[in-house]
Amino acid sequence: MTTISGYNFAYLDEQTKRMIRRALLKAVAIPGHQIPFGSREMPLPYGWGTGGIQITAAILGAADVLKVIDQGADDTTNAVSIRRFFAKTAGVATTTRTDAATVIQTRHRIPEAPLTANQILVYQVPQPEPLVKLEPSRAETRRMHALAEYGAMHVRLYEDITRFGQVAISYDYPVMVNDRYLMAPSPIPAFDNPKLHQMPALQLFGAGREKRIYAIPPYTNVRSLDFEDHPFRAGRAPHACGLCGSDTSYLDEVVVDNEGGRLFVCSDTDYCETRRDAGHAGDAA
Amino acid sequence: MAYVAVKGGERAIDNAHAWLAEARRGNPDVPDLALDQIQQQMGRAVDRVMAEGSLYDPELAALAIKQAQGDLIEAAFLLRAYRTTLPRFGYAAPVDTAAMALRRRISAVYKDLPGGQLLGPTYDYTHRLLDFLLAAGATPPAAAEAAEPAEAMPRVADILAREGLIETHTDSGAEPGDLTREPLAFPAGRDIRLQALARGDEGFLLAMGYSTQRGWGGSHPFVGELRVGEVTVEITPPELGFTIDIGDITLTECALVNQFKGSKTVPPQFTSGYGLTFGHAERKAMGMALVDRAMRAEELGEDATAPAQNIEFVLYHSDNIEGTGFVEHLKLPHYVDFQSELEAIRRMREEQK
Repeated sequence: MTTISGYNFAYLDEQTKRMIRRALLKAVAIPGHQIPFGSREMPLPYGWGTGGIQITAAILGAADVLKVIDQGADDTTNAVSIRRFFAKTAGVATTTRTDAATVIQTRHRIPEAPLTANQILVYQVPQPEPLVKLEPSRAETRRMHALAEYGAMHVRLYEDITRFGQVAISYDYPVMVNDRYLMAPSPIPAFDNPKLHQMPALQLFGAGREKRIYAIPPYTNVRSLDFEDHPFRAGRAPHACGLCGSDTSYLDEVVVDNEGGRLFVCSDTDYCETRRDAGHAGDAA
Repeated sequence: MAYVAVKGGERAIDNAHAWLAEARRGNPDVPDLALDQIQQQMGRAVDRVMAEGSLYDPELAALAIKQAQGDLIEAAFLLRAYRTTLPRFGYAAPVDTAAMALRRRISAVYKDLPGGQLLGPTYDYTHRLLDFLLAAGATPPAAAEAAEPAEAMPRVADILAREGLIETHTDSGAEPGDLTREPLAFPAGRDIRLQALARGDEGFLLAMGYSTQRGWGGSHPFVGELRVGEVTVEITPPELGFTIDIGDITLTECALVNQFKGSKTVPPQFTSGYGLTFGHAERKAMGMALVDRAMRAEELGEDATAPAQNIEFVLYHSDNIEGTGFVEHLKLPHYVDFQSELEAIRRMREEQK
């Protein structure tokens, strides 16, 4: 694919990339801590992944192979749009295969296949502040993080248990990183939270509109908040994938008719295709 | 039934863009809108887009308005995204609004003053009757011209300051901050606050300013002066070592005169709120000045309890490019998260049985 003329490699100028890399280094040095950065206005709107896009632009090299997913799928419109953006501005190779990618930019999912130490996972983050629903002032939440004052979040979880019998957070479930910082894992389903822990791949989080970057370095402890008598648990739809038969993957629920018919299929499209290519088949295949 | 996983995002996007281009053009029998028509005949729209887009370029603003089908926030976004890619050659000296070539200058606090009241091209006293002659394409009669251009007029704030009646500000010598390079941090100084307001959404500033008038953080404002005109922009390129004039820009400046501050030792003085925007944008400049003054509540020893006085609230929500992005992103697929909510609510209902 030919690249667009008049713009630097991967769109951002080199000084901006250096600024972002400095923020990334700081983020890796203080796992889970939000680093303010001079987020730029991108040619895609805030909320469409400008934070993730700026990180990807700052770390991408000509030899990288990029995969972009949204909701676990490579062919959702926004994933297509971001993949095209980098194909156009950086001319890098793109792939839909998780194991072939060196950089994976994601919105709302972690791939099913385990990632390796040679890969970087870049998350798009709408709201980096895990305490935001408890305290809207960022001046105040900064202070709470500095003092590791996270009691309010435990109270919130406790209130859920008293009202609903369980913690009622099903996505963007708060985690403690390296036993120090409370962190929003971005709106991934709580199902994906265990994958954050001790992941061999570097995990980078970019919030463009809120102008924050944070990171989980490889092999870092990440614990989903819970109580001894109410351990963390995360659900998936209790079905097997209709296409590949997987009974461990995270599933999308597709409404197929007006009579309440449902089909459950893998949200991770590459995982599902790989299994089908290997001969697995579900009930609807 | 057979299920085919949804494919074809690429084709859908291409088709959507083609349809959008067709819709933007409208009926091809109607002549294509030229940029100079937008620039000349939709000047207030051009001004708003330049102000909120933070880029003074009427031609590019006209292009953005055309490209956005007249959606001014979308047009400001186009300018912002373009602006980010521009190299910075240097920084201009502060513009001198006292030396402004005025097309309009009014003061609500004096009946007459040096330079006089200059009404200029204003809608203020028009009767809002739809003008069907305009629909018919009538050419307006020529406006009367002054024998000579208006001379530079003193700013009302300077007149009050000569008597010591209004607070004055001195240059601290510190480099002003730049929100487009460094993220917002608190406490945010007045330099940063004014920059955020100058880029802020006109509707937001109008509503916040209006709220202060209705008792949510009132500051008893008078319009000391509102002026619109052209100022010269000067830079000093390091390779030249002397100042050069790089052109004129149109600005609207609003200086409010607000109620006093004083103490046993310091005699009372009027305080002020300040608004400055690109182009001819009086509503924006006035809203900005009201909100600027409201955000100074704490500094001036007033109770800061109203929304317009909450600096963090105002600064985090004044930018319409950020706001429209986050509101509109809700259109993007969220079905993975919704699925986890479905599972959670089904589980909770099951356990309550």
